[in-house]
Amino acid sequence: MVYAFYPGCTLHSQARGFRESTERSAAALGLELRELPEWQCCGGVYPLAQDSLFPVLPAARNLAAAANLGAPFVTVCSGCYHVHKRTNRLIASDPEKRAQLNAMVEASYDGSGEVLHLLEALRNELPAGELAARVQQPLTGLRVAAYYGCLLLRPEDELQFDDPERPSILEDHLRELGAEPVEFAYRSECCGSYLSVSAPQSARRAAGNVLNSARKAGADLIVTSCPLCFYNLDEQQPALQAADYDFQPLPVVYFTQLLALALGVWESPWYAEEHRIDPGPVLARFGGVKAAGD
Amino acid sequence: MLLSVKSLRTEDMRRLAEISGEAVAKCYQCGKCSAGCPLAADADVPPHGVVRLVQLGQIEEATSCATIWLCAACRSCASRCPRGVDLPRLMESLRAMVLRQGSPVLHASQIPADVLARAPQQALVSGFRKLSV
Repeated sequence: MVYAFYPGCTLHSQARGFRESTERSAAALGLELRELPEWQCCGGVYPLAQDSLFPVLPAARNLAAAANLGAPFVTVCSGCYHVHKRTNRLIASDPEKRAQLNAMVEASYDGSGEVLHLLEALRNELPAGELAARVQQPLTGLRVAAYYGCLLLRPEDELQFDDPERPSILEDHLRELGAEPVEFAYRSECCGSYLSVSAPQSARRAAGNVLNSARKAGADLIVTSCPLCFYNLDEQQPALQAADYDFQPLPVVYFTQLLALALGVWESPWYAEEHRIDPGPVLARFGGVKAAGD
Repeated sequence: MLLSVKSLRTEDMRRLAEISGEAVAKCYQCGKCSAGCPLAADADVPPHGVVRLVQLGQIEEATSCATIWLCAACRSCASRCPRGVDLPRLMESLRAMVLRQGSPVLHASQIPADVLARAPQQALVSGFRKLSV
């Protein structure tokens, strides 16, 4: 199936490993991702003040462009998904704001297009068992903490992605790859978000809570679908180690990196410079990935 | 502090209601929002305390709380609130009342160089969206 693919700003810079693993996995599975032409940054966060529409203009423009392609809008970044899904709902449900937005972006979009996260597209195209049948290199014995964070899950009535308190889509996906998801309490707690640029100590504490919870549950690594979660969880670890002798580092990877590895389409380089904590040693036994120093 | 009905009928209260679209009177102060808030440990006033200040018309005090700048709208509170109060919307509206006076809270020059070098655009774009005008 053809999808209007929205990579978002970070996949073209700090999260190249996310982008490449997404593109390789999609190609291997027969999902045709066509990058949306002239897409714009969604703004990262959904505006909550009720008296201005300007902050959702870029998302409205992107959604109208996807509708012109006649393909469902798909993205892998939790932030992009959150902003576009909510904007789409706003356009579909509020005739007055729909008219204003269409006038401003010179479109006539009615909000009827689909906004999907890649996890949803994968589940739709490859129902239970079918992805497992495509796996070349099962991730047997790999204990993975599936981290949702907040942007994928809440507000649940608007996103309708999964149960906000007890989600399972990421764990189901990991089981298809042969990995063993671990249950941990902080999987849908905030990682600190953009506070890493405005209140770094608070962001570090939030990230540390998530990491310690995952480590206590016995995880070998943690997966995310959000470049900001990735940054907060991975980048804070040297400082967390310095502050707490007992802190044990935990590698962080994007869910598509495990998918590409399991599909046998992931080769070196691992984009090692994008990781503070090298996932190489944990993943070396599944082939494809070289540990640092190899 | 002398409270009266007049405290609730101020221009600030009218503006806050307009920006947020929230009816704070719904809140019965159970504190569930504060119990689950991942940033509450660093907050000077717990989230339900900010709601209480607004209920009492104390907008100036509410906009002076560090809490409103720590809320990253993760929505743990809103998803669990038994009264359906949208706290992230309220927090954003309180921030807007300060930011719209023209003074950003986040300045690029105050972000450490190593953070600027490695943080994803998503962090910077989101931060400036939320913490500047």
